Amino acid sequence: MSAPTVPASGTSSPDGAGHYGRYGGRFVPEALVAALDELDLAYRTALTDESFQAEFGAMLREYANVPSLLYRAERLSAEIGARILLKREDLNHTGAHKIRNVLGQALLTKRMGKPRVIAETGAGQHGVATATAAAYLDLECVVYMGEVDTQRQALNVARMRMLGATVVPVTSGSRTLKDAMNEAMRDWVANVDRTHYIIGSTAGPHPFPAMVRDFVRGIGVEARQQCLDLRGALPDAVAACVGGGSNALGIFHAFVGDDDVRLYGFEAGGDGVETGRHAASITGGSSGVLHGARTYVLQDSDGQTLESHSISAGLDYPGVGPEHAWLHDIGRARYAPVTDAEAMNAFQLLCRTEGIIPAIESSHALAGTIKIIPALTAELGREPTIVVNLSGRGDKDVHTAGEYFGILDGEQA
Amino acid sequence: MSGAGQSVAASGPGAAVDRSIAVAFEKTRAEGRALLIGCMPAGFPSVEGSIAAMTAMVSAGVDVIEVEIPYSDPVMDGPVIQRASDIALAGGVRTADALRIIEAVAATGAPVVTMTYWNPIERYGVDAFARDLAAAGGTGLITPDLIPEEAGEWLAASDAYGLDRTFLVAPSSTDERLAMTVGHCRGFVYATALMGVTGARESTSDAAPTLVSRVRAVTGLPVGVGLGVGNGAQAVEVGGYADGVIVGSALVRCLLDKPDEATGLTALRALSAELAEGVRTVAR
Ligand SMILES: Cc1ncc(COP(=O)(O)O)c(C=O)c1O
Repeated sequence: MSAPTVPASGTSSPDGAGHYGRYGGRFVPEALVAALDELDLAYRTALTDESFQAEFGAMLREYANVPSLLYRAERLSAEIGARILLKREDLNHTGAHKIRNVLGQALLTKRMGKPRVIAETGAGQHGVATATAAAYLDLECVVYMGEVDTQRQALNVARMRMLGATVVPVTSGSRTLKDAMNEAMRDWVANVDRTHYIIGSTAGPHPFPAMVRDFVRGIGVEARQQCLDLRGALPDAVAACVGGGSNALGIFHAFVGDDDVRLYGFEAGGDGVETGRHAASITGGSSGVLHGARTYVLQDSDGQTLESHSISAGLDYPGVGPEHAWLHDIGRARYAPVTDAEAMNAFQLLCRTEGIIPAIESSHALAGTIKIIPALTAELGREPTIVVNLSGRGDKDVHTAGEYFGILDGEQA
Repeated sequence: MSGAGQSVAASGPGAAVDRSIAVAFEKTRAEGRALLIGCMPAGFPSVEGSIAAMTAMVSAGVDVIEVEIPYSDPVMDGPVIQRASDIALAGGVRTADALRIIEAVAATGAPVVTMTYWNPIERYGVDAFARDLAAAGGTGLITPDLIPEEAGEWLAASDAYGLDRTFLVAPSSTDERLAMTVGHCRGFVYATALMGVTGARESTSDAAPTLVSRVRAVTGLPVGVGLGVGNGAQAVEVGGYADGVIVGSALVRCLLDKPDEATGLTALRALSAELAEGVRTVAR
């Protein structure tokens, strides 16, 4: 097995079997291997197929509002002492970077001639995006969602149904995102000849991590050029939150070959990694196999998956994409946890300084950025320029944040 | 590491022939019948309860016991085994308990094969697990989410300790993959009768006989068929073309649906006996 290479062009790739160093690969039932091979072939063909790329590009531009803006957040910058450029993925259709991945996979589903898509969802963002793409491209859509999450995120369940999707509450295991993913896998094994499983992040068996990254890597390609256009130079650092890892890899990937650009991934630290109640798989987990890949996992000493905890439903997952595990081990990207409280402070700060209500996920990226500014400033001897991926908007989080801050009428202390 | 798997021979030098489940298959073959494998999660409904259940299955005529190590994320299992695994894990069963259960069941004289998702083994340490499994008297592993390409460490450890290794083949496996996968098996091959997860079904799969003959075309190893078998009639049918009939969910359900353990064990004995009669009724 050869180690993946990182050419200066910024394209890191796994080996042919999807390994990033010791991570990634395929830990799946044999019944799925043929489908994964079919998908791998379809995706690799699509990468170089001009008509696919043209259609994907047109969908992103004309339907999803991509490329997203790179916005100079001047009041925020003054407040925190660094030049902050926000990559405005929150302005995309359906409110997050997720639409890029979903449109890519839905188009690929069409190319493979499959009439049905399934997806797992935690908070409902990926489920809503998948239901949206399915409506747009006329595909049958079933979304698996942990029963606990269907109750916590009732509005997103309604959204998916409005869009024509069937939402299936999952009652096994901990009844959350990881169990929804298990159930989607089971559906896929049984219906693979007419179904594509749209995984919602850079996780899962090969080729999903590489494929999803390739569908979202436009975030970084755009941001890199936009930064050059705005400032005449690359940023000193790029920051993103890390759940499964798609928005982070999406913005990192184009910068991987730029040695002077530091890459920071911020994981959900929940109540604090030391409390055990967190979702920081890299900083607080260990190497294991989960959902088809070897990666960092929250697990007990018997290899049973532990429940994760985060105020952010989109980061509340006990694993992480294998490419992040590898970028961490080789030291190309740095990962650190951000607590619920730190994230919510950053959430409020962005609301008040810029008039932007961010997703709580993205607030982790902002909070982590605030924490690294002093050291980065000292290292550079000047004010740093940092591109922060504002992966989504906070509309979905209004209730959670309202409760957190005690500002919902009738719920005030 | 992964990738190394392709170059490892199918039957390593350390293969202890007397330990292999192949011996049990030879015996049932000589009797002109199929072999019955009954599956039960370790620690369900409790550690002692699972030993009692598996022992009852043996005395009712099940030839081989498949001990499933419970795992938090069992993607190849349907609702019945999921629930049983959840109960076992909630009861605090550990990998070390599973080994203890394997040892107790092997002591009855019935061959024991272990079914496990990969992460608990990776966490235990692949070599250490192979060592302890061999010491407990286990014959080998069925690995539902490990394909030979990722199995380098397990191929080496199973050779070192003379353990069987059973990878799965599926109706969707290409001829090339099927031959490669079977080439890495030792003991027996597990043919998943249908595209799906564990769970008894009303009718058996028509994809299974074709899959079994495809396996037979490339190996002399015995072939077991699992997924969906739940009663004596289905055991007769599957036993008509396969060397082994593998039953899980239907047996587990005997214990899940019953108000107390004694009633559950009675139902379990009855179904075990029905299935055992089924594999003996086979006209071949
Ligand atoms: C806005 C937003 N950001 C980030 C994430 C985390 O996912 P990932 O790490 O794949 O970007 C989610 C997931 O739902 C999300 O909705």
